Amino acid sequence: MQVLTPRSLAEALRLKAEHPGSVPIQGGTDVMVELNFDRARPETLLNLNEVRELRGWSRDNGSIRLGAGLTYTEGMEAPLAEALPALAEASRTVGGPQIRNRGTVGGNLGTASPAGDALPPLLIGDAVVELASVRGERSVPLPEFLTGPKRNALAADELIVAILVRPAAGPQTFMKVGPRNAMVISVVSLALTVDRDHDEVRAAFGSAGPVAGLVQAPLAELNGFPERVAAAASPIDDVRGSAVYRRKSLRVLTVRAVERCLQ
Amino acid sequence: MSATARTLELGRVGESVKRIDAIPKVTGEFAYSSDLFAAGMLWGHTLRSSHAHALVSEVDISEAVGMPGVHAVLTHSDVPGAKTYGLEFPDQPVLAIDRVRYFGEPVAIVAAEHPEQARRAAERIRVAYEPLEPVVDPEQATEREPIHEGRPTAGHGFRDDERPNVVRTIVIRHGDPDAEADVTVSGVYELGIQDQAFLGPESGLAIPDAEGGVDVYVATQWLHIDRDQVAPCLGLEPKQVRIHLAGVGGAFGGREDLSMQIHAAMLALHTDRPVKMVYNREESFVGHIHRHPAKIWMEHRANRDGKLVNVRARILLDGGAYASSSAAVTANASAFACGPYAVENALVECTCVYTNNPPCGAMRGFGAVQSCFAHEAQMDKLAAELGIDPVELRLRNALAPGDTLPTGQRITGSFPAAEVIRRAAALPVPEPEELPRDALRLPGGSGNTTRGEGVRRGVGFAVGFKNVCYSEGFDDSTAARVRLTASDEELAAEVHCAAAEVGQGVVNVILQTARTELDLDDVVLGAATTSSVGSAGSASASRMTWMAAGAVRLAARAANEELARRGGNLAPGETIDVERIYHHRPTTPLDPETGQVTGDGAHVAYICAAMRVVAEVDVELGLTRVVWIGTAQDVGKAVNPQAVYGQIEGGIAQGLGLALMEEIQTRDGLITNASFTDYLVPTTLDMPPVDAELVEEPEPDAPYGVKGVGEPPTVVSTAAVVSALRDATGRELTRVPVSPDEIVGL
Amino acid sequence: MRVELTVNGERLEADVWAGESLLYVLRERLGLPGSKNACEQGECGSCSVLLDGRLVCACLVLAAQADGHELVTVEGLAEDGELHPVQAAFAETGAVQCGFCTPGFVVATADLLARSPNPSEDEIREALSGNLCRCTGYAKIFDAVRLAAGS
Ligand SMILES: Cc1cc2nc3c(=O)[nH]c(=O)nc-3n(C[C@H](O)[C@H](O)[C@H](O)COP(=O)(O)OP(=O)(O)OC[C@H]3O[C@@H](n4cnc5c(N)ncnc54)[C@H](O)[C@@H]3O)c2cc1C
Ligand code: FES
Ligand code: FES
Repeated sequence: MQVLTPRSLAEALRLKAEHPGSVPIQGGTDVMVELNFDRARPETLLNLNEVRELRGWSRDNGSIRLGAGLTYTEGMEAPLAEALPALAEASRTVGGPQIRNRGTVGGNLGTASPAGDALPPLLIGDAVVELASVRGERSVPLPEFLTGPKRNALAADELIVAILVRPAAGPQTFMKVGPRNAMVISVVSLALTVDRDHDEVRAAFGSAGPVAGLVQAPLAELNGFPERVAAAASPIDDVRGSAVYRRKSLRVLTVRAVERCLQ
Repeated sequence: MSATARTLELGRVGESVKRIDAIPKVTGEFAYSSDLFAAGMLWGHTLRSSHAHALVSEVDISEAVGMPGVHAVLTHSDVPGAKTYGLEFPDQPVLAIDRVRYFGEPVAIVAAEHPEQARRAAERIRVAYEPLEPVVDPEQATEREPIHEGRPTAGHGFRDDERPNVVRTIVIRHGDPDAEADVTVSGVYELGIQDQAFLGPESGLAIPDAEGGVDVYVATQWLHIDRDQVAPCLGLEPKQVRIHLAGVGGAFGGREDLSMQIHAAMLALHTDRPVKMVYNREESFVGHIHRHPAKIWMEHRANRDGKLVNVRARILLDGGAYASSSAAVTANASAFACGPYAVENALVECTCVYTNNPPCGAMRGFGAVQSCFAHEAQMDKLAAELGIDPVELRLRNALAPGDTLPTGQRITGSFPAAEVIRRAAALPVPEPEELPRDALRLPGGSGNTTRGEGVRRGVGFAVGFKNVCYSEGFDDSTAARVRLTASDEELAAEVHCAAAEVGQGVVNVILQTARTELDLDDVVLGAATTSSVGSAGSASASRMTWMAAGAVRLAARAANEELARRGGNLAPGETIDVERIYHHRPTTPLDPETGQVTGDGAHVAYICAAMRVVAEVDVELGLTRVVWIGTAQDVGKAVNPQAVYGQIEGGIAQGLGLALMEEIQTRDGLITNASFTDYLVPTTLDMPPVDAELVEEPEPDAPYGVKGVGEPPTVVSTAAVVSALRDATGRELTRVPVSPDEIVGL
Repeated sequence: MRVELTVNGERLEADVWAGESLLYVLRERLGLPGSKNACEQGECGSCSVLLDGRLVCACLVLAAQADGHELVTVEGLAEDGELHPVQAAFAETGAVQCGFCTPGFVVATADLLARSPNPSEDEIREALSGNLCRCTGYAKIFDAVRLAAGS
């Protein structure tokens, strides 16, 4: 095994092209668990911590541009938290402080777990993922980026650089169901926004299908919306919860989230 | 803990004293078993079974042996002495011989220069398994092929139960088991497998001496019984194997059985190098035994006035693949099945079976937890059926000194069950908190799932009890040694006792006792090791305070007498060195046919606690928040009150965990959640504030009147928490951990 | 490979295997076993250290990622032989039983109080929710935090 530590994005992309089998590591909160428990032994680890271009966030032409290396702790801080309240609320549910200080939004996309808590809030913000390689850049809408459970559209020579997301245009919230009151992987989760600009409600769920899923409807159709969200899910039974429970909870969460956002 | 722990805090029996190991523990200097280091040390690693049940036709190590950095690869054929060991019955192979009986069973061991080299080598060991159908349903175990040949636990004065795979069966017949009464309530209760989840993983360091012997530094609960199991497997004399207590990161029963002790010693002797072994968290889940999962059928018959007439119980415990302490757990589950209540008639049947599920043994509460969950659910049911207040119903039936248990044993010591019930019931329950509030103070906590929607409040109550010290004729003793010396005319003392400090604070008990008896401040505690003092017995069964205090008091008094004989003073360089062995009063076995006591009685003494719980439940999502817990506990005499409160709070947390979230899940015998990601223990946002009251009614037979305090909180809190959830939801909730599905009625 | 770090103010170097965590390197190569190895999966916080002033789990940092960075571990909290107020408070209130969680809690509490000298009950619970204790039920740990905050 070896570790490569590029100091710039250009260098990182060059190294990724030279070592297409290398595994990027940012906060390490997913990668290190794999290493510590002998589940992965990649030939090369690509340490992205020293790549400045991946850090922080900015406003970009009406959108918010989140660096792939944005941590959950940063996602909870104003003014970003005011522009993306559901992401801030979701960030607060991730792990404990130690995890939020290291874990990143880019890493959550890289892992592409159906339980990734950053994904539902990004989906309701119509997020687009910026990918780059020595071949150039491309932008992939988040639903297309998430190709399956723990699978995504990254090519072997690509890195996630940033995520472009629409700032909230109305109230948003995020909720996560887990059998413990802190430090849980979601059994089922929901982000929801009432978007006044587009006169619609958008909801996205986690842990209730192979990928986080987005459901939207005009505000006029709010009535049947909780059933629509529950119907859009395709949950399974696993060690964390049963499929029926997930579907039922999703309906309850949607009812509550709509109420919260209309208050 | 090294011999240099000498922060003098000078407290005597009954005073709150700072732990002597607190400073090294807060600075990070305290050496736990995983922190040890020796020059030239190798790393040991264990290859474990990936099957729950299989024949092993071949273990081929040829590829592994030549891997870089590898110094040894050993299998069962390299075990120098006895091939099997066990806490009570030697039914467990040191390394699998021709069959594996549970998922994670050790098959081969490796020593290498770096842990990664050891792992890579283990990966190259080829094990030829022929999978067998695993026995995973305990209800069918007695109809399946035996998992062990030759009934390892048969005899021993146990009831004859010819069925295959029985570890032990107990039947207790008391009065007229067919007695009828005005009302009957019944229920079936289940408990999942709980893990001790101590934070310090199994680990240790074995160092060969130059003469064929070995020193093993390990985190354990009972040094001498480790030695007595390790030495025969190594083919060595007990004195050639010295077990030393390294810092213990929690135990809770999970370190009663051996883990890496023999393996590390074998590797060390084989390579002639020190060998360190450290399990990771995943391995720890298969590296020790767990709390027995149980299924319990119970029927309570009572008269209109609430008086219990007859309790009928059938208890099935899944012991998993090896016996460990299952036989004693079976005895406890049955002895306490009726709860701390006087009942004239009872029929209790309890069977523990072998299966290919994870092996189970000792965990805090030891059989009483399972029974308490069932009998307290029954008492709530009965109260509802009779229209009697649940606290009142318990008071009307509470056992008192002089009463007789279903085993026929009379309570001769202190037993303030009615008092703990009254005191716990009198604790003021907090008012419901106004809405809106931060999500952290609502069910679901940081998940932000409710602002108050769906939330209902419930109040629950439970009482429970168990025994202190070992039972059924086990010759239970603790040795202590006191050494008095003089320097500059001042007396000083050194105390030796092999009691395992596992976090409970027994080191302070020892020092407080010595200071009290010797009336001396300058007392230091020697390192706990098998090489300087006799056995202390196990840090379990809530016995260590009683037994260590008894032994140290005995030795200190003997030293005082000797000092008096010498005129009350020692010349510089003169020493007094006495060792004494303390026994609690003897116990006798239960009659194998009737389950009734023979001779003096099966138990030494009893301890009880009552608990009141306020919980909020989101009944639409099945999420919970325990708001407050109030408890009153029978402690005999609190030697170190601060530590007693700490035991109560910590014990409650473990019972709360079993009630709400903790369960080892299996599929076909394979553990599916062997991680702290999916085996959940309570966090800071799950534990409520605890109001605890100590009820001090001294135990006449015990030194200073002490009783154990570690277990009652865990015995009672699972039952009490679920009682509150039932009150909030109106649902039966017959299984723990309570799943959200059950709360919402799926 | 070689890594160079500043730990508790001291520059240290170690030759490491590329897959090693910072926790392993601290414990097994740099003689600093105070940070504990309870889970190595980020779930218990017993390995908590400050990396460039931020509270992290050392088990989830690749040793190479700490190369050139600054660390404070539990061993670095006491100054000139004087316990850090948080350490003194943990010893005083009985917040230590087996103590395996203690180094992590002490570091996490020191971090909390540095950011928020007078934390509310909720703030304390949330800030320490990444640290598990199996022995104490947390009550005396909260006492310790309040005591240290008051001192
Ligand atoms: C104790 C604990 C609790 C957790 N709790 C939660 C939780 O509540 N909710 C939740 O969603 N997750 C949780 N996680 C998982 C994890 O923290 C998140 O998925 C986090 O977002 C991962 O970010 P990271 O920077 O640490 O990723 P890393 O581990 O560094 O990387 C994760 C994956 O992304 C890839 N990657 C990272 N950066 C890039 C990039 N720029 N380009 C391409 N690929 C990249 C990596 O190769 C890897 O495959 C938890 C983890 C732990 C250990
Ligand atoms: S050991 Fe790092 S979080 Fe548990
Ligand atoms: S004191 Fe033992 S884990 Fe906290």
